[in-house]
Amino acid sequence: MAQSKWIKGDVISGAVLAALGAYIVSEAWRWDYSTAEGPGPGFFPIWYGIAMVVLSIVLVVRSGLSAAPAEKTVDWPGIGRALTVWAAFAVCVALMKPLGLLIALALLTLFVVAVMYGQSLKVALAVAVGNAAGFYLVFGLALQLNLPAGPLGF
Amino acid sequence: MEVLTSLGHGFAVALEPLNLFWCFVGVFLGTAVGVMPGLGPAATIAMLLPLTFNMPPTTAVIMLAGIYYGAKYGGSTTAILLNVPGESASVVTCLDGYQMARNGRAGAALGIAAISSFIAGTVGVLGLMLLAPPLAKFGLSFSSPEYFALMVMGLAMVVLLAGKSMIKALLAMLLGLWIASMGIDLFSDASRFTFGQSELLDGVDFVIVAIGVFALGEVFGNMEKRGEGTMLPVPKGLRNLLPTMAELKACRFAFLNGSIIGFIIGVLPGAGSTIASFISYGVEKAVSKHPEKFGTGVPEGVAAPEGANNSETGGAMVPLLTLGIPGSGTTAILLAAFILWGLRPGPLMIQENPDLFWGLVASMYVGNVMLLVLNLPLIPLFAQILKLREYILYPIIFGISIVGVYAVSGSLFDCWMLVVFGLLGYAIRRLDYPSAPLILGLVLGDSMERALRQSLMMSQGDLAILVSRPISATMLILAIVLLCLPLFRRANQWRVKALEENG
Repeated sequence: MAQSKWIKGDVISGAVLAALGAYIVSEAWRWDYSTAEGPGPGFFPIWYGIAMVVLSIVLVVRSGLSAAPAEKTVDWPGIGRALTVWAAFAVCVALMKPLGLLIALALLTLFVVAVMYGQSLKVALAVAVGNAAGFYLVFGLALQLNLPAGPLGF
Repeated sequence: MEVLTSLGHGFAVALEPLNLFWCFVGVFLGTAVGVMPGLGPAATIAMLLPLTFNMPPTTAVIMLAGIYYGAKYGGSTTAILLNVPGESASVVTCLDGYQMARNGRAGAALGIAAISSFIAGTVGVLGLMLLAPPLAKFGLSFSSPEYFALMVMGLAMVVLLAGKSMIKALLAMLLGLWIASMGIDLFSDASRFTFGQSELLDGVDFVIVAIGVFALGEVFGNMEKRGEGTMLPVPKGLRNLLPTMAELKACRFAFLNGSIIGFIIGVLPGAGSTIASFISYGVEKAVSKHPEKFGTGVPEGVAAPEGANNSETGGAMVPLLTLGIPGSGTTAILLAAFILWGLRPGPLMIQENPDLFWGLVASMYVGNVMLLVLNLPLIPLFAQILKLREYILYPIIFGISIVGVYAVSGSLFDCWMLVVFGLLGYAIRRLDYPSAPLILGLVLGDSMERALRQSLMMSQGDLAILVSRPISATMLILAIVLLCLPLFRRANQWRVKALEENG
């Protein structure tokens, strides 16, 4: 399905970066541009913020106006897979406080192996337990690192 | 003579049992990650960096450098056996290496890659040893304006060669500068871009960004699709890995070509080992008596790029150690590591930390020998790594990433930052923004702002100070020329072609 030439990665990312550049400039505007000793805290960010806005606009306009066919077909299922794993990773981080690193990591591993790679539950459980145990042995016991602990003490 | 005395001292340091052990660990790990497609030395060094905090700095540098150059050796294995480069620098090795393997000469191809890597890696270290001290002396004459101009030139070079779109490379660099600005201002007590979070007052830890962008970004990107290539049989026995005399004779110019081109490209910021390997391959083909055979499995087609990508390591260490200017994502992480250990690479580094500098140089000689001795007999073992399933490997990377970040600060907030930068790493890959300018912008951001503001303090706000001093003026003009190159159609066509070849 053909997509509008204004709805493509470069245009969207350019718009986001232009907004970020504008935010940088607006923030830097509130700080001293120069002081009695020399340039102030706002000096450097103002200039790179302006550069970011200008370059982003150039990117958006060039990309939006280009007559060339848009990028290859977007692999939405692939992006979905990547973002699902990213979300699972975020959930793992959220679970570290209540459950501890090892249990949170085991759950993440279980999800990746069973759901993302479609392995049997037996394989997924074995990999999850093995991964958590390995981390406990290497980082907890051997290297004595202070890892986030859960209610069970590990 | 002075160099030889210092090198002797360096060998005394490198051959200490502790350093020898960690050098071995570094090159072994480096080879292993080099073999694994999708996990590079930058990600590995970033993930393991926090684990080196309890080591003496010299030992830690020796280990991390071992990972860096060890990965270059390992990258060829997948290129030859699987037609999948373990590292981007091994892309060109696929052309003839895989064909040699298909012709039944996999062992010889792997052997030539190892021998060429050893010769060129050693030449690269020799170049580092000879070039670094005089360059450091030259660097002593630098003041803030020269440093600012040098960083601008380095960033310009990286931007020029980092991606097909210079606008995207510049934007990635500016994003890095922005992240570097977060926290308390260098010269005042103003807090910048902290979003009201006290955890951001000290700025964003480099390790979080590096792990997020390099390690997690790579893994999320790889998760998009599943697919495994067909691996050709791994030759068994040392005898089957040794090339014939005729093959070695055919490679003699390639060994030299790879060594020299790799080192020169390595010294230049931004070019990197991928470009070094392509140029070296191109030169080899251009001077060959049978250029038409390139791509069908000629040994020179393996020797030249593999040599160049190993020699480049020694070259890349020159500006890093003598001027404190990294030329790639991996050397940027090494620079951050130095700073975390309280060391400041620059012109005084060799004088102030001779143990570290000369110990590192000597360890690279030792490491190259280790790699040669290790690689030939252990190729079948390293090839087994390719059988490690992605669903086992990726959760391990997730775990090491979290531990790596948490070990630095013990803060869950930093783990959330890792989630954010992991998404950023994936997004910039997906949208075709290069990551090297972002990381360099981040690493150099503070120093660059400091140098600029100090220069303007020296001149009481007069920007002319940047162009009135010959060295800084020359470097700034060079930077402008580099950034304007794409405006000239022919130069831009060459640049884009080179980058497309790099994949």
